[in-house]
Amino acid sequence: MSEVRCESRRRALAYGGRCHLASLAGEPALEVKGVSHRYPAMQDDALSAVNLKIHPGERVALVGPNGAGKSTLIRLILGMETPLAGSVSVFGHSASRCLHRVAVVPQRSSIDWHFPVTVRQVVTMGRYVHLGWFRRPKAEDKEAVDAALEAMEIQDLAERQVGELSGGQQQRVMLARTLAHDADLMLLDEPLNHVDISTQELIFHTLERLTAQGKAVMVSTHDLGVLTVHFSRALFLDKRIIADGPPREVLTPETIAEAYGFEFHKDYAPWTS
Amino acid sequence: MDFLIEPLGYDFMLRGLTGGLLAATACAILSAFVVWRGMSFMGDALAHSVLPGIVFAYWAGFSLLWGALGAAVLVVAGIGWASRKEGLREDAAIGVVFAGFFALGILMLSKVATAADLGHILFGNILGVSKQDLIFMAIVTVFVVLATVLTFKELVAASFDPSHARAIGLSPSLVRFILLGLLALTTVVALRTVGVVLVLALLVTPGAPASMVSKRLWGIMALSVSLAFLSTILGFYASYYADVPSGPAIVLALTLFFLFFSGIGQIQKHRRQRRS
Repeated sequence: MSEVRCESRRRALAYGGRCHLASLAGEPALEVKGVSHRYPAMQDDALSAVNLKIHPGERVALVGPNGAGKSTLIRLILGMETPLAGSVSVFGHSASRCLHRVAVVPQRSSIDWHFPVTVRQVVTMGRYVHLGWFRRPKAEDKEAVDAALEAMEIQDLAERQVGELSGGQQQRVMLARTLAHDADLMLLDEPLNHVDISTQELIFHTLERLTAQGKAVMVSTHDLGVLTVHFSRALFLDKRIIADGPPREVLTPETIAEAYGFEFHKDYAPWTS
Repeated sequence: MDFLIEPLGYDFMLRGLTGGLLAATACAILSAFVVWRGMSFMGDALAHSVLPGIVFAYWAGFSLLWGALGAAVLVVAGIGWASRKEGLREDAAIGVVFAGFFALGILMLSKVATAADLGHILFGNILGVSKQDLIFMAIVTVFVVLATVLTFKELVAASFDPSHARAIGLSPSLVRFILLGLLALTTVVALRTVGVVLVLALLVTPGAPASMVSKRLWGIMALSVSLAFLSTILGFYASYYADVPSGPAIVLALTLFFLFFSGIGQIQKHRRQRRS
């Protein structure tokens, strides 16, 4: 029944649209089929003919140089852009119809860090997708927020202004907001930038725990060194998919040369050791 | 005490003060968003562009506030339409719309109004608030406050992280339109007391000093409202006793508060630096 209700909802009304669609049997967490995209007034495609499937429990690294289309892919999955060709589905449904199942940690630059909000307020924003217009957070939402703060070890910072925190602490807040969202597919856009080593370890630890619970995670990153240790799969993107597979298999000098357009020094290959 | 009570003995004075306080409340509530989202220019543009509507209402003989309201709705729609077009930066689009409307308003005004009326429209006349005006202002102020409280979490979420808002299906442009609409309504309420030219001051100035002292959004809003209240009361008495226009008196009081709090902010910053 909820199926019908969701179908009739327009994109603009999706906020708080309480549709809890079950996964269609056998469908992947994320399926991108033949997606191409080009921004208005641009000469070249931002993405061309991208196909990929991510299953529950997978931890996928999305790797590629700046301008490779990593953020564009994430925006397409979230329904923030409409692809020129192809389709995106989440658990067998169109992503924009079931927003409560997909959470995103956007790039740091898209956020107004000086806006006067506290850490607790920001983490509570992760619950808004379940609330919608005019509804205030209830006891269960507050519990979810407390649990998320604790998981990211930032309970002590709860009443602080986000603008006062360090880059690593701010990234913990962002991940806590995603945890509070309680999504089944998580997309993290460059979460490792400007992050200290203990936060990085906490992020990976948390992602491992989530994928062990059957959630699917995709992380875009520049850091080739973390691939073999922390991911079950690596996806090299440069407007199209260059390589896709277990990190140890796809992380070859040829792949890197193709994605980044240069060759590493022959002695520099820390991930192969 | 007589000094304070004497002006309130007249009905029109009491109406003026009540109207001023209503305008202060509506403006100051939104002030935090205007300051933090960088919407000052937008607020100024809105206030100036409603002028043709006011002049039309004056000429046709119905309440100036209705004229302003009609024009505000048109301007918000116009800005929304202009900013959808590509190739023109939003602030340029606003600038064009705003200058054009204001010029049209002044031109119309020079044909139909006397110099005294011109002064009241441009700079406000707190003592000219009629009973109907007051009812109108009260309804709009209650609406603005209620709407801000009810959509508070959406306003904050979309201001802090628009891409997260979009990802959860909350359209940032819809939120922006809600804010613009509330700004337009507020502008209309404040016209009577501070006039077209100085509405911006009531929208921006309370939020700026409040942000220097408090870092909590609710704290900033409460402090903004208090400052706007105090300034309105000061401006009101100055207007009565010194026979000066109410708008500039209120705005000048606000500006003094701003200077005072920037001073405090500087001292606090200096102390923090010395400690660390």
